[in-house]
Amino acid sequence: MTKETKLTPEKIVKSFKDEFKTKIKEATIKKRAAGSKKNETTSIWMKVDKGAFKDIIKYLCDLQYPHLAVASGNDLGKNIELIYHFTVNFGTRMKEINLNISVELPKSKPEIESICEYIPGALITEREKQEFLGVKILGIPDDSRCFLPDDFPAGVYPWRRDETGPEKLYKNLHGVKK
Amino acid sequence: MNQTSTTKTSYHIPVGPIHPALKEPVYFEFEIDGERIVDVNVKLGHVHRGIEWASRKRNPIQVLYLAERICGICSYCHPAAFTLAVEDAADIQVPERAEYLRVIQGELERICSHILWAGVAAHEIGFDTVLYFTWQIRERALDLTEYLTGNRVTKGIMTIGGIRRDITKDMLPRIKKDLNYFKSNFEKLRHIFLDDKTVKMRSQGAGILTKKDALKLCAVGPTTRASGVKKDVRVDISYFAYGDLDFNYITPDILTGNVNGDVYDRIIQRLLEVKQSIELIEQCIDKMPSGDIVVEPKIPKLLNQLKKVNGEGVGRHEAPRGEVIHYVKFDGKSESPYTWKVRAPTYNNILPWIPMLKGEQIADIPIVAASTDPCMSCTNRVAIVKDNKRYELTKEELHRLSIEKTRRFMK
Repeated sequence: MTKETKLTPEKIVKSFKDEFKTKIKEATIKKRAAGSKKNETTSIWMKVDKGAFKDIIKYLCDLQYPHLAVASGNDLGKNIELIYHFTVNFGTRMKEINLNISVELPKSKPEIESICEYIPGALITEREKQEFLGVKILGIPDDSRCFLPDDFPAGVYPWRRDETGPEKLYKNLHGVKK
Repeated sequence: MNQTSTTKTSYHIPVGPIHPALKEPVYFEFEIDGERIVDVNVKLGHVHRGIEWASRKRNPIQVLYLAERICGICSYCHPAAFTLAVEDAADIQVPERAEYLRVIQGELERICSHILWAGVAAHEIGFDTVLYFTWQIRERALDLTEYLTGNRVTKGIMTIGGIRRDITKDMLPRIKKDLNYFKSNFEKLRHIFLDDKTVKMRSQGAGILTKKDALKLCAVGPTTRASGVKKDVRVDISYFAYGDLDFNYITPDILTGNVNGDVYDRIIQRLLEVKQSIELIEQCIDKMPSGDIVVEPKIPKLLNQLKKVNGEGVGRHEAPRGEVIHYVKFDGKSESPYTWKVRAPTYNNILPWIPMLKGEQIADIPIVAASTDPCMSCTNRVAIVKDNKRYELTKEELHRLSIEKTRRFMK
């Protein structure tokens, strides 16, 4: 399933831009050196349109089957940002590239399609995003809670910074004053 | 013939959430048909302590100590990944000597963790003498950790922009002596685990994870490498001083010629990695340049610099159990991180349990579950519900079943 061809960061960005044009809102390549020999590690940060997200992941899987480390999320006020941290090119010494694909969802309709169809290992992280950020993952194979207990109140999302955040749950917590 | 009257019944066994076989709570629900496991459901979150939320009220240096307390065994890799993420976001360059010292600490932690695991694995299949033998070796590794960091478990060695303690020339003889001790005992360990007939019978062909499943389910660390996937953050990217060192991927076929992805392969994998870690520490000691160990020794100055950072970063480190990844975002206004996301290796090794455990026997649950070295623990008792009668299988009972299976093989 993994193609043996190794991709360069520039090629990855170019092929995504050629394929999805304006759907790729922003793409930056970041390099960081480490050690005495100053060998570099490359990271790609890509902001994509949420409508094309699933197609982009499918395209990535066809390009080279990636490893999904985790998806992290930010509450940006009006929007919720999800960042999927992929890696490609693993298996060759110092050729791996971090590929961070971020997508912004409006709080009025925080919905995104599940990518479990292509990457079954995404299930736990998608379930976590549902319960912690109040994002709706469309087509998720199992939408039960993963980390939160069953008696945790509905409509409270621990990573939110607005009124749906966990503030009202910890007002009596020792040492935390309002 | 009408067969509907004789429908096959399977029953459900909950295992967990508290189980000393593993180190932290997790809840399994097994669907059992006789002795065979038909399906597995895993429930997590029993030790979710909201650490990421707690970071919102702390500055990055305070978060380091919070990160250290995520896990007692990975008390180096979480601060390491957090530091890498912060350094990535703030673009801090670390002195070369500190990069080598960081590798030494990382590899020492790997030796401690893998040897601890070897003892637990031996205990799971009923070889308690091996448990004591391995933990005796681990004790030396912990003593060495204490010698180098001042503490056995929560080491407080990592800091943003460098490392907190240097290794001076007069410390080298002690380190070399201990490394030689590990090497001489490594051969003994190899013989015990890899040549013993009963260990082979219990572990070969048990809990198989295919390469395809390992890739699809995004497994990490020794679990995925034992299935033949070459994925090791230390080799894949250049961070700390790993880019300068001479080493390569380890997969079990180096020793046996082929990859099966079973429990036996995961034992080989970890043993070979212990040897690799010893070699890496030796290389670091030889190649280590002199110089500073921290880029900014004044913490208030560093914090002031970090307060102005507006950006995000990702830090990845190969923990003993696999890739640990931290994501950090600063908004440039607050002292504490805007977002901090921690992903420990076991998070990705949960789903691979399902293909591993399906089709195995109840007596294999402890060793198969332990073979991924989960950093999250498990069960005190198992309740079997059958015909509305409730049987309780204590952890001792489950352990006894596992030992009995070993004894059966020995006859």
